[in-house]
Amino acid sequence: MSLRKFITNKTTAALAVLLTVFANTSAFAQEAAAGAAAAPKVDMGEVYKSVIFYVLIFLAVCLFVAIIGKSIKVYELSREAQGKPVGINWNRVHASLFALFLVLGLYGVYWEYTVHGSMLLPDAASEHGKKIDDMFNLTLIITTIVFIVTHILLFGFAYIYKYSAKRKAYYYPHNNTIEKIWTIVPALVLTVLVLMGFLTWRSIFFKVEDPNNKPLQIEVTSEQFKWSIRYPGADGIVGKKNYKLTTSSNALGIDFKDLNSRDDEMADEMVIPVGKPVKLILTSKDVIHSFYMPHFRVQLNTVPGMQTVFEFTPTKTTRQMQEETNDPNFKYLFFCAKICGSGHWNMQKDVRVVSEAEYKTWIAEQKTYLNDDLRKQFNLPVAPAAVKSVADSATTDSAAVKSNQMALNK
Amino acid sequence: MSTIALHDEHNHDHADHGHHKETLISKYIFSMDHKMIAKQFLITGIIMAVIAMGLSILFRIQLAWPDQNFPFLETFLGKWAEGGRIKPDFYLALVTIHGTIMVFFVLTAGLSGTFSNLLIPLQIGARDMASPFLNMLSYWFFFMACVVMMSSFFIQTGPASGGWTVYPPLSVVETAMPGSGLGMTLWLISMVMFVASSLMGGINYVSTILNMRTKGMDLWKMPLPIWAFFLTAILGILSFPVLVAGVVLMVFDRSFGTSFYLSDIVMGTNILPNEGGSPILWQHLFWFLGHPEVYIVIMPALGISSEVISVNSRKPIFGYHAMVYSLIGITVLSFIVWGHHMFVTGMNPLLGGVFMITTLIIAVPSAVKTFNYLATLWRGNIRFTPAMLFAIGLVSFFISGGLTGIFLGNASLDINLHDTYFVVAHFHLVMGSAAIFGMLAGVYHWFPKMFGKMMNAKLGYLHFWLTFIAAYLVFFPLHFLGLDGVPRRYYAFTEFEFMKKWLTVNVFVTWAAIIAALAQVAFLFNFFYSIFRGKKSPQNPWEANTLEWTAPVEHLHGNWPGEIPTVYRWPYDYSKPGHDADFIPQTVPFSQTMSSNLPHDFEGNAEAERIQQDWELANPVKESN
Repeated sequence: MSLRKFITNKTTAALAVLLTVFANTSAFAQEAAAGAAAAPKVDMGEVYKSVIFYVLIFLAVCLFVAIIGKSIKVYELSREAQGKPVGINWNRVHASLFALFLVLGLYGVYWEYTVHGSMLLPDAASEHGKKIDDMFNLTLIITTIVFIVTHILLFGFAYIYKYSAKRKAYYYPHNNTIEKIWTIVPALVLTVLVLMGFLTWRSIFFKVEDPNNKPLQIEVTSEQFKWSIRYPGADGIVGKKNYKLTTSSNALGIDFKDLNSRDDEMADEMVIPVGKPVKLILTSKDVIHSFYMPHFRVQLNTVPGMQTVFEFTPTKTTRQMQEETNDPNFKYLFFCAKICGSGHWNMQKDVRVVSEAEYKTWIAEQKTYLNDDLRKQFNLPVAPAAVKSVADSATTDSAAVKSNQMALNK
Repeated sequence: MSTIALHDEHNHDHADHGHHKETLISKYIFSMDHKMIAKQFLITGIIMAVIAMGLSILFRIQLAWPDQNFPFLETFLGKWAEGGRIKPDFYLALVTIHGTIMVFFVLTAGLSGTFSNLLIPLQIGARDMASPFLNMLSYWFFFMACVVMMSSFFIQTGPASGGWTVYPPLSVVETAMPGSGLGMTLWLISMVMFVASSLMGGINYVSTILNMRTKGMDLWKMPLPIWAFFLTAILGILSFPVLVAGVVLMVFDRSFGTSFYLSDIVMGTNILPNEGGSPILWQHLFWFLGHPEVYIVIMPALGISSEVISVNSRKPIFGYHAMVYSLIGITVLSFIVWGHHMFVTGMNPLLGGVFMITTLIIAVPSAVKTFNYLATLWRGNIRFTPAMLFAIGLVSFFISGGLTGIFLGNASLDINLHDTYFVVAHFHLVMGSAAIFGMLAGVYHWFPKMFGKMMNAKLGYLHFWLTFIAAYLVFFPLHFLGLDGVPRRYYAFTEFEFMKKWLTVNVFVTWAAIIAALAQVAFLFNFFYSIFRGKKSPQNPWEANTLEWTAPVEHLHGNWPGEIPTVYRWPYDYSKPGHDADFIPQTVPFSQTMSSNLPHDFEGNAEAERIQQDWELANPVKESN
């Protein structure tokens, strides 16, 4: 190719234009960089926050895109003028881009699965949670296979069957056998998932109570934007509430005429013994919240006007989990997962799973909801100072029975 | 072809004998022409989409840099971003209005409204809708709904902010949050007008499709978009009234002291008098619409992409009947799956099990559709027009989003995934991305029909690739936040130790979202520039079979000059062996395509089969070809 031809060649011309643009911009950039390096340190923080800075960048990008667009156009027009086949075969470009996207995309998926996939919740810390995890893994395997295969087909077909003027597509309007197969196979796979899911769901929500291992009742009440925890006390039963009894001193509206309420204890955190079933009784004072305890695979909404119940058995103490996750600061917690107002994003409480013995010492230190103020309100005899022990609270109960016939009649 | 030759005289004719004079107002504003109404829906939809996208960028900025001030936010938002930081209440307003606009105004009205209006008369061969006046009202109710919704940004207490599902009591009790005041009232008014709009539209679509098809256009010769619009309209007609019922009860609860949704509520120490209602009732009523709504959003997109994929693969859509039956299956099933939004809301667990079964069954017709798309691409001759790129993108998003739906539809797995970012990622892939891509595919494909101009293909390519990649970059990582137990609608992740590791991911996602948003500038510029300066469209730019491409490029009231063309065949005779061109429009009778007719084409008509046999005997050479 002679030099003259080389210069007249429009391809080269277009490339030259591009090169000049690149050279100029990079030269400017270098100058700017050099200038920045030479100048005393300027605080760029404000610049990075100003809208104009970004608008200018965007306009520069637009200009760049426009220049590229124009040069492509010049190139194509010149090809046309020379009577050569169209400059850029866009069908081939897109086909290759889809193939590239497939490869990079699959790598991206692999990267996500391994990098972000390793940042997830640790294995379930509850009995039913293990079943959920198994179910999840099975679903993940099936869907990942389908995801990869269908995407290979989709982008693979896009690559292989790109347009060619020489070819005619294959007229293939239907094939009932194939269609039946790909109706029945997903149906069968889904049947397996449905059955497993259904059985898991039933095992979580329809438990047969073991009389020898009665669950520990804990009531959790939500309100904007905090949780209140109520332990049942010695009788093992969380007493009644009536929202109409709510006052500033009786924030939960506990009905102390119900004997079961009198020994109910309050707690700043939820402490539960490992290996013992826990029956969560969830209610809400104001709007709907959601009691979400992801490490145990527990979530249920708290709804004003009704009780929701979730039973689970923790299997790992906090300490075990700290060792397992190699994180000495690890702690269980529960928080709100249903939009509930401006404080929704910070409505949490700590959970501690401890041994049975630790639990016993901890629970003995908790205060009852019933205090002297409330006793006066409910016309109950003010208790002698510091009745704390389990046995004592039982006697308080019986004393209360005598003094309050109303509650019994109820 | 003769219709086109006639066109000029007739147009003249039309102007002379026109039964009504066209003024600026009757042509562009209170137009009763379905093509103009379609454009009105589309442009309003696009404007709303840009607004809603802007809102999403605002809250993405908050999520990415929760501890920084952005003075420009205060410039735009005033007291809602004092000191350059969005307030928690306003953050919730942003997510609420973003969701409401996107789901209802963009993906329902903008998608169904645009393409049902444009394509139903043009593809079935009708002069206009069954009731043009109702059609006009439908647009104007929609427009008013948009105005009312946006007006809530200009009131003291701000827009509704209880999430787009507006669960009571949060949305009913005014003291629960500022957005539950006047903003919520406006939300409800807007929603009632919107439902009225979509009902008027839906009734119109159904009656037009059932009554006004041209000669020869039996139901099984309708293009797939029409099937999709038809079933979508039926879904809307049956489910939207339930939302209105729910909304009316909510208005009563809010303004007249009834207790449909309220019971046993104490705000602080203020005991509310309401007794006996149930917040769960609203959830049932809402999701009885809400779930079909999801299919109202995706089915038109699937219909559009079926057409686009078939045209640009130069191949008949694989399994036309299966495509229709799967749409019907989705339509029927979508009415009995709403409970999967309520697995952990306190609904009886027994129901949870039942809804899980119905929900997972719906994956079967969806899978059939996906496989049929793939089979259509197989051995095709694929032209990558911008519309085709978006249609392929839709299939990819539909697969990805559909598969994550299998997790969420499973009640046991939903326990830990409910209301987390996994849900956000799921429905943004399947609605936010797939349905939007269907809409964009439709815009690129039918822009020549709407405006008589071509859009710039290269800007379309740029738009597609940036959006496609950025959308995956935004939504794929969000799944992992959800799997780690990060709840949605959180103002900031700063108060939880375990969420802090996701802060960098949030920054990344926000940048990807910003790039995706900026990529839309390529579309907006292309769209508006091409309306005025685009290349003039040829009669049939994509060499498609359907009827709309036989109508003249210049719009005229009544669509076709002279007689409406008759239809002889199904719309997907692409690359039929024996025919010289790779497409045979629906208006070409079998008598003109003797060399390519198949026995199947005659549907058991003995006389036609005999004629074909005679012809084949007379032309044995071509037969062997």
